[in-house]
Amino acid sequence: MSTIPDDLSYTKEHEWVAGLDDGLTVTVGITAYAAEALGDVVYVQLPEVGATVEAGDSIGEVESTKSVSEIYAPVSGEVVEVNQAVVDKPDLVNSEPYGEGWMFRVRLEGDPEDLLSAEEYTALTSGDN
Amino acid sequence: MSRPTPLRDIHESLGATLTDFAGWLMPLRYGSESAEHNAVRERAGLFDLSHMGEIFVTGPQAGQALDYALVGHLSALAVGRARYTMIVNEQGGVLDDLIVYRLGDEEFMVVANASNYPMVAARLTERASGFDAAVEDRSDQYALIAVQGPKAQEILATLTDADLEGLKYYAGLPGTVAGAEALIARTGYTGEDGFELFVANADAAPLWHALTKAGEPYELLPAGLSSRDTLRLEAGMPLYGNELNSSLTPFDAGLGRVVKFDKPGDFVGRAALEPIKDVPPRRRLVGLVATGRRVPRHGYPVTKDGVVVGEVTSGAPSQTLGKPIAMAYVDTGIEEGLAVDIRGSQEAVDLVELPFYRRNK
Repeated sequence: MSTIPDDLSYTKEHEWVAGLDDGLTVTVGITAYAAEALGDVVYVQLPEVGATVEAGDSIGEVESTKSVSEIYAPVSGEVVEVNQAVVDKPDLVNSEPYGEGWMFRVRLEGDPEDLLSAEEYTALTSGDN
Repeated sequence: MSRPTPLRDIHESLGATLTDFAGWLMPLRYGSESAEHNAVRERAGLFDLSHMGEIFVTGPQAGQALDYALVGHLSALAVGRARYTMIVNEQGGVLDDLIVYRLGDEEFMVVANASNYPMVAARLTERASGFDAAVEDRSDQYALIAVQGPKAQEILATLTDADLEGLKYYAGLPGTVAGAEALIARTGYTGEDGFELFVANADAAPLWHALTKAGEPYELLPAGLSSRDTLRLEAGMPLYGNELNSSLTPFDAGLGRVVKFDKPGDFVGRAALEPIKDVPPRRRLVGLVATGRRVPRHGYPVTKDGVVVGEVTSGAPSQTLGKPIAMAYVDTGIEEGLAVDIRGSQEAVDLVELPFYRRNK
């Protein structure tokens, strides 16, 4: 069972969101829980820089040996940066889901809604084990 | 609730990701499925296959009963040998693919897929009714552990006096492995050399531990169903439910060679299969290699110039080729300019003959 960093926010779709404090730009990735469930990640498709996304939109995908999952925008705003390293080396999602395996950054438009605290996310995932 | 195998506690202690497969709680992977895949290709891997079914057919006419019930010529099988065969319905549709071992003059063991063995046992019982033969489903009594890979023989040799060197591919003999009575079979589903060990449930855990210890110097890894699937896909081996199903005949699947029309007597499916044995099927089973990185998966359409000309049956990233690979049924005669519709995007693929991987013997 992976530990869940308590300084991040989460979605029910097993994404994490960092950097909400400054209220400007957030970094998004998928959780270690999700990476473990997927297995070895072999392909990551990320949104385009400059794309405007709405919270809940499907904006990319993560493919592992056995399955494929969509990446959803956890917040609304403009994609200002994507992590080319994770496209080139998808196994970063498995090895460093909260570090080098981050996926993209979004400049916020409006206040994010429906994000979970670490405590809430822990409760969500512990039910599956 | 999924049914556990006798090795469940071991899988849990190894930190396996467990998954439901055909009603069984099975290890999907223990750590990285890529590492498990590579271990089997380069050294050895250890698999729990206790979900497979073992059905015994015994009696003076056991061979004849199987000749009638299956498409193969099993009465001609030598004692100690095994054969890949199929059970079909009256229309010639494949109900399951099987391995049949001849254990004695009057004793055969039919190994059926986990999802199908109760049905196979029922059909065999039905079809054996006119013969002096008894059918008994002993799946509940047996565990099955496979050690697969180039080092499999060296590892197993440290635990048994059985003549492994003399054991041919697709042969099986009774022996003692780490003190347990076992049927030792040189069969597998990985494209590598290897052995499958049928043992009583109570012997499964001690045997697993013994194999793990014997495999330590060889860096043997426990391997789950995920790597088993990518290994068999590279080896071009069909999976029931993917490449095979009851709407396809053995000829449709390119496996017509397993149908033995020259065996004595009638068999279930003969009337349907004989007239089509020389008719080229509309589609054939081929290999596809993706040029990009997205993976063609089961059920995705194969297209040419936007027109659907086939369907993917299995797909995965291939460790050995470093590219996504797939098996697919594709219209006969179409070999170039193919793509797979991967969630709405046409991704180019090259058609290749199966298998993708063949070991150096």
